[in-house]
Amino acid sequence: MRVWGFHLAVVALLFGLQFVLPPYHFTNFARIMVLAVFAMGYNIAFGVTGLLSLGHALLLAAGMYGTGLAISVLGWAALPALLAGLAAGGVMALAAGVLALRTAGVAFMIVTLMFAQAGYLTILYFGPVTGGDEGLVLAQGARVIGGVDLAADTPRYLVALALFAFALLANLALVRSRLGRVMVAMRENEERSRMLGYNPFAVKLAALVISGLYAGAAGAAYAVLFGYVGASFAGIQYSILPLLWVLLGGAGVVLGPLVGVLVMFYLIDLASGYTTAHLLVVGLALLVLVLFAPKGILGSLRERAWPWLP
Amino acid sequence: MDFGPFLLLAVMEGLVAAAVLALTAVGLSLVFGVMRVVNVAHGEFFMLGAVSAWFVTHWLPGPPAFGFALALILSPLLVALVAAAADVLVLKRLNYQPQATIVATIGLLYILQQAALSLYGPEARPVAAPFTLAIQFPWFGYSGYKLAVVAAAAVILTGVWLVMTRSRVGLVMRATQIDRDTAQAFGINVDRVYAGVFAFGAALAAVAAVLIVPIRQAHYLMGGDPLLLSFIVVIIGGLGRLRGTVVAALLIGLSDGVVSMFFSPTLAKILATLLVALVLVFRPQGLFGQRAG
Repeated sequence: MRVWGFHLAVVALLFGLQFVLPPYHFTNFARIMVLAVFAMGYNIAFGVTGLLSLGHALLLAAGMYGTGLAISVLGWAALPALLAGLAAGGVMALAAGVLALRTAGVAFMIVTLMFAQAGYLTILYFGPVTGGDEGLVLAQGARVIGGVDLAADTPRYLVALALFAFALLANLALVRSRLGRVMVAMRENEERSRMLGYNPFAVKLAALVISGLYAGAAGAAYAVLFGYVGASFAGIQYSILPLLWVLLGGAGVVLGPLVGVLVMFYLIDLASGYTTAHLLVVGLALLVLVLFAPKGILGSLRERAWPWLP
Repeated sequence: MDFGPFLLLAVMEGLVAAAVLALTAVGLSLVFGVMRVVNVAHGEFFMLGAVSAWFVTHWLPGPPAFGFALALILSPLLVALVAAAADVLVLKRLNYQPQATIVATIGLLYILQQAALSLYGPEARPVAAPFTLAIQFPWFGYSGYKLAVVAAAAVILTGVWLVMTRSRVGLVMRATQIDRDTAQAFGINVDRVYAGVFAFGAALAAVAAVLIVPIRQAHYLMGGDPLLLSFIVVIIGGLGRLRGTVVAALLIGLSDGVVSMFFSPTLAKILATLLVALVLVFRPQGLFGQRAG
């Protein structure tokens, strides 16, 4: 009960923030919530199930281009295009997962990295359709659902919040469910769970597909809410960033991704006031995290003060 | 130009690419073989070699050959120092745990890239070749320097092979590779071997970069392609095996040269990337077989 209340309070807090946030941070927060959904998907694969993927940009891009191309090439309306992006993320995760899950450990990391790289190059190769490096700008008229213009600030914030809230509560329900506990068992000791009669391949594939749906939803929402689809979102950087966010916020903690994205976003925002060296901030953050705080912010908090935090 | 000479040109371009790739990949392969570390920052060591070569030749007056020769010595030394420092300060403290080291080397990648961007700038800059000599074939003239690169790479690789198989240093490295604990029990300073191997692997990438920089310019983002191609080579050749790595580098370099001459380079890269991923998926034994899990 306390757990549900706490997470609902976080959602309520985000809802209340819209009345106090200045315009600049208002747009930032919409972006942060969408990216946090992507990070939550990564957390389900990495934090909960222990699958360290270096190719999640492929899943984000699948959602993004699934929606973007449905709008720009097929001329679909925003709502079915969003669903197309969601499905694209899940299907891509299924296809990549069936192959990649035959490997484990370091080989899994490299295979996912290679798949994502192949996806990125494919987007560049079909430049005339995908816009290549420059990407696609989605027309304002295509970003309307039920008469509401999603390009305007307030609807954008509310849609991002609705997506985030749904994703957060679904994530919470997942980790407290039977499947979620088996996923954790895979992370902790795959051999023992196999001996207890669980099928590691099926469980891990399920985790990847759920993760892909999250990434697809985030990519699709990003395309419609911000009106831009670009190859840079398929690049290796967007495979590394979710890892960084999840590590920073706390791997395996449901709220970890939100905290990670929020802190990292404003860390870079602050740093860019003093220096243009964003990459340095990212690099140093990774090193400091892996050396001194492998459990992340909320992971440490759970260890010291709030043992009930899921 | 007829098809025959065209193919010859493609093969020669491929040989140059293969020579540089072999040096870079052998460095990556050594590090993985001995230390079991997947070094994602390897491409940045390559970049650092090229960029520092530009600084050396740029600040040094005199004939280009002299500056280049000095760069060929100083750049790998500098890169080796950076790598050794990274090993002692970061990787060692992580106990070389595979996932943590990958995250750490990604962090290192960003730091090195930013350092190059801040100190060197976003431009691509050329380095003068130590000599300009055109070798005239019946159909086309070809840069003598490019052929010298192939020869130099062959000499260096032979040297590495001799060190690994015939010297005491190589024996110590191989002992550490086969069984770290037993090596330590026999009085080998494993920490020093690890730092040395990491530095040596990085220095090989730097040498490759210095050799190629008169042909391709130095740029702070140039590390991406060598990293990806080295991964491909190392996986196909069998991790930690020098001979397999060299053969695979020849294969990949040549086919990359030939294929990109006739088809789109992007398509060639897509196919190569997918091929390697599938090799790892369907034939992991002998590549990562013992490490899985």
